[in-house]
Amino acid sequence: MSSPLPKIFGTTPFDGEQARKGYALNKMCFSFNSAENRSAFKADEEAYMRQYGLNEQQAGAIRARNVLQLIDAGGNAYYLAKFAGIFGLDMQDIGAQQTGLTKDEFKARLVAAGQ
Amino acid sequence: MATLIGGLGTSHIPAIGGAIHKGIQQEPYWKPFFDGFAPIHDWLGEKKPDVVVMFYNDHGLNFFLDKMPTFAVGAAPEYHNADEGWGIPTLPPFKGELDLSWHLINTLVEKEFDIVTCQEMLVDHACTLPLKLFWPEGDCPVTVVPVCINTVQFPLPKPGRVYALGKAVGEAIASWDSSKTVAVIASGGLSHQLDGERAGFINKPFDLEFLASLESNPEWITRFSVHDLVEKTGTQGVELLMWVAMRGALAAAGGSKVKRVSGNYHIPISNTATAVLALETA
Repeated sequence: MSSPLPKIFGTTPFDGEQARKGYALNKMCFSFNSAENRSAFKADEEAYMRQYGLNEQQAGAIRARNVLQLIDAGGNAYYLAKFAGIFGLDMQDIGAQQTGLTKDEFKARLVAAGQ
Repeated sequence: MATLIGGLGTSHIPAIGGAIHKGIQQEPYWKPFFDGFAPIHDWLGEKKPDVVVMFYNDHGLNFFLDKMPTFAVGAAPEYHNADEGWGIPTLPPFKGELDLSWHLINTLVEKEFDIVTCQEMLVDHACTLPLKLFWPEGDCPVTVVPVCINTVQFPLPKPGRVYALGKAVGEAIASWDSSKTVAVIASGGLSHQLDGERAGFINKPFDLEFLASLESNPEWITRFSVHDLVEKTGTQGVELLMWVAMRGALAAAGGSKVKRVSGNYHIPISNTATAVLALETA
């Protein structure tokens, strides 16, 4: 076994461990490519989560709309973005939520990176 | 034999599709990004490539975690875009270039790149937006061979391996028995991170050093591991692998030297440091 790589602050590379843990959650989010599935989720979130076999940690993170919890439950950014899309959230909403900043503060940080 | 005229690179943030759809390219937020394309449109108008090989990464439209290829080559007569779940407009299908697809597949496997082949392949914004950005008017005038590189699930291929893949693609283009002209496109990056407490991470000094290296020292990037790239460019900044493949293809066609036609670097569009670039083979 290779030794684990040094941790990067605030970063969870989506590796085999995450992919194993998050399969059901990511599969559900992948299904949101279809408008019909997005409607079915909105109509009955709990039934939809049961259909995809989400565990309690994953279901709790979905109910909380909490991106850091979703990542902790094995969610992958690209699939989670489809979940966020259901609520019309953009990447600055998601960035603000994860960093504890307001959306304006988060946007200002992005602009500052270009100075 | 076919001629590789050069390489193009652009960021592919989904919101760009929305901006094109709404026709707001000249609004202050978008103008610094879209302005980067005008000189490249002129160059493309002069060079008129027939075919493009598109290095891009799928974001969960065609591939899911049930089957996740490291490298996948399209071999479809046409490529359809589809709903990605975010409300960005779906674009009409793009025409493939089957002869080049199969020549690429045969050449790559011969060179020990054991790629996945796809006779049906949905292409997401990462493949469609560059075509719309480089050829904004009317129907897309080029045919396409998509080459998808995994950036979803680690382990990702190393920069050195991706550079070698690009070189093999360049050699395949140069040995394609056709009078057509070909361009290679890199779609993705540059530095950005969407997930985690480090969301919003951007690294301008590294991006600028990488862009400069593409002109005169293309193998500079191969010293880095994927872990290094995550640290220096963010979890989605690893999309710069597409640029590494594009530059590898040019190295095969024209040696180490390329001429920079035009380029642009702007922060931010959405959460991303954007880059636009055209390089001509010497």
